Amino acid sequence: MSSPTAATNSVAPLALELCALSKTFKLGGGMLHKSQTLKAVNDVSLRVPRGQVMGLVGESGCGKSTLAKMLLGLTKPSGGDVLINGKAIVNANQKALARHIQPIFQDPYSSLNPRQRIAQIVGLPLRIHAIGTPKEQAAKVDEMLDMVGLPKRAAQQYPGQMSGGQRQRVAIARALIMRPDLVICDEPTSALDVSVQAQILNLLLDLKDEFGLTYLFISHNLAVVEHLADRLAVMYLGRIVEEGTREQIFNAPRHPYTQALLASALTPEPGLGVPDIGLGAGQPDPTQPPSGCAFHPRCPVAKPQCSQQSPALSAIAQGTAQATHQGSQARVACHFA
Amino acid sequence: MAQILSPQVASEQHLVAHWQSRLFRSTLNNRSLAIGLLIIASLGIVALLAPWLAPHDPYLQNTANRMVPPFWHDTGSWTHPLGTDRLGRDYLSRLIYGTRISLFIGLVVALISGLIGTTMGVLAGYFGGRVDAVVSYLLTTRLAMPVVLVALAMASLIGGSMLTVTLLLGLLLWDRFAVVARSATQQLRDAEYVQAAQALGCPLPYILLREVLPNIAGALIVVATLEVANAILLEATLSFLGMGVQPPSPSWGLMIAEGKTYMFFQPWVITIPGCALFVLVLAINLLGDGLRDLSAPGGRNE
Repeated sequence: MSSPTAATNSVAPLALELCALSKTFKLGGGMLHKSQTLKAVNDVSLRVPRGQVMGLVGESGCGKSTLAKMLLGLTKPSGGDVLINGKAIVNANQKALARHIQPIFQDPYSSLNPRQRIAQIVGLPLRIHAIGTPKEQAAKVDEMLDMVGLPKRAAQQYPGQMSGGQRQRVAIARALIMRPDLVICDEPTSALDVSVQAQILNLLLDLKDEFGLTYLFISHNLAVVEHLADRLAVMYLGRIVEEGTREQIFNAPRHPYTQALLASALTPEPGLGVPDIGLGAGQPDPTQPPSGCAFHPRCPVAKPQCSQQSPALSAIAQGTAQATHQGSQARVACHFA
Repeated sequence: MAQILSPQVASEQHLVAHWQSRLFRSTLNNRSLAIGLLIIASLGIVALLAPWLAPHDPYLQNTANRMVPPFWHDTGSWTHPLGTDRLGRDYLSRLIYGTRISLFIGLVVALISGLIGTTMGVLAGYFGGRVDAVVSYLLTTRLAMPVVLVALAMASLIGGSMLTVTLLLGLLLWDRFAVVARSATQQLRDAEYVQAAQALGCPLPYILLREVLPNIAGALIVVATLEVANAILLEATLSFLGMGVQPPSPSWGLMIAEGKTYMFFQPWVITIPGCALFVLVLAINLLGDGLRDLSAPGGRNE
């Protein structure tokens, strides 16, 4: 802990810190049936150092998007805290929050208002926050469109006249025009053609270096995350089951779910067929999560103890003093990892 | 050679036929829009220019000149092209001034009910939960009331007049606006551009008026055309029953009511305002149909 790297790392400022963040939804509940509770996000703690890309992966329905909505201030957490640059946002003014954190959404076909011109869409943040005169705003919009690689004439077009990749560039321009610190990318490439995905990812990386951004990159595409992320967190049924650097997760996954997730990635090699990941049936009903470790019904190495005790997300010692430091330490939630 | 080529020719012909049918369909759609617009525009001009177009004063009675038949009749004359009514008033002039009443009531009723219904529907769709429960309750209550009956009862309490009819219908016909605005807003509420605006800290009026409303306007305009036609017919109904526009105003419904005792011997007394009503309502419905096709994304109309 007293190594020089640890010391420098521990003062490295955090762009985002989640402390025991939870979100519970009440479902149904009419005259005839009882309401059920769904723990979409359950006790999630995560630290994202400034300037890094934190990848968040997991199956659909595991709570990734709910987490993103809470960070953006669109949904109120049921418990826990979100700190951005060390300040709590739970009761913060939405406008103040918007200056620090901006989203890039998954579907560029629904993230742009079809009735507004591109110049209006990209300039909206400046108008809402009353930054600069209309002339300065227009100049900034032009500059921003240029930075995301769109031609000048795009400003006067409507979203309907653009391709998916161009629309996603517009969405990126809108998110970055106020120079936020943190950008929540909610599967920003999964709705795009494969040929366009790489362009958008490289654009995101370039802009990150240019503006000194921090990304929380939500995805279920492991190839994309491997290309982009510095650190990775794996979510299962609302909980983080493993967290570590990209190398730790991809080279030495500890949690059986992470291992299965990595094994499930499709390879382009012909003749291999669809990989059998041995997870059996689909995800359990999130309104009735399994007892103990939520993963035990699908786990290939489950023991009787797993259905009784819920494993805590705890640090794993990795030998070197450097690795045991908080900033780069891997954490896993499994009895046997 | 011709036989070898024939499949290609056939497919080409098929293509041409397909293309023609698509063209035909789209012109037919556009034609309904064009015809509707043309009729409404000309009736609008007639209503605006009534004092200059009408050959006589619509209120001027001439008991010596009662029940003159229209020009196509043996005893008709061109001084009164559409004849006169039982008080000797010029029928064409009354018809022309009646356009004003019908169009005014139709438009104002659609405006009032559109404002009420859209506001309620957008709020219910956007907020959901309790707001939605309250609006849905009001909506089902309103749908449980027969419009004509309630309007008749209220008009007989307050006293029929053009203002009463307009307000009553305006306060009664908002249901379709509310239903359409509510479901359309529900679909948009979770659209990512609405979320993006929320995440930016846009004030609520901005989100509702600039992000939501323009994207549901197409559906609302179609409802509005239906409600204009509906209001015109209801005004005629109420006036026919004596609880709407009061005599001597030249409402078309009132003209039909006043002529009903003569319908067996002078059928034109009710046919002429009836036809006018039919043409106007048909034109508005054609316009609404055409607008619906136009507002469907990508020109699709399935």
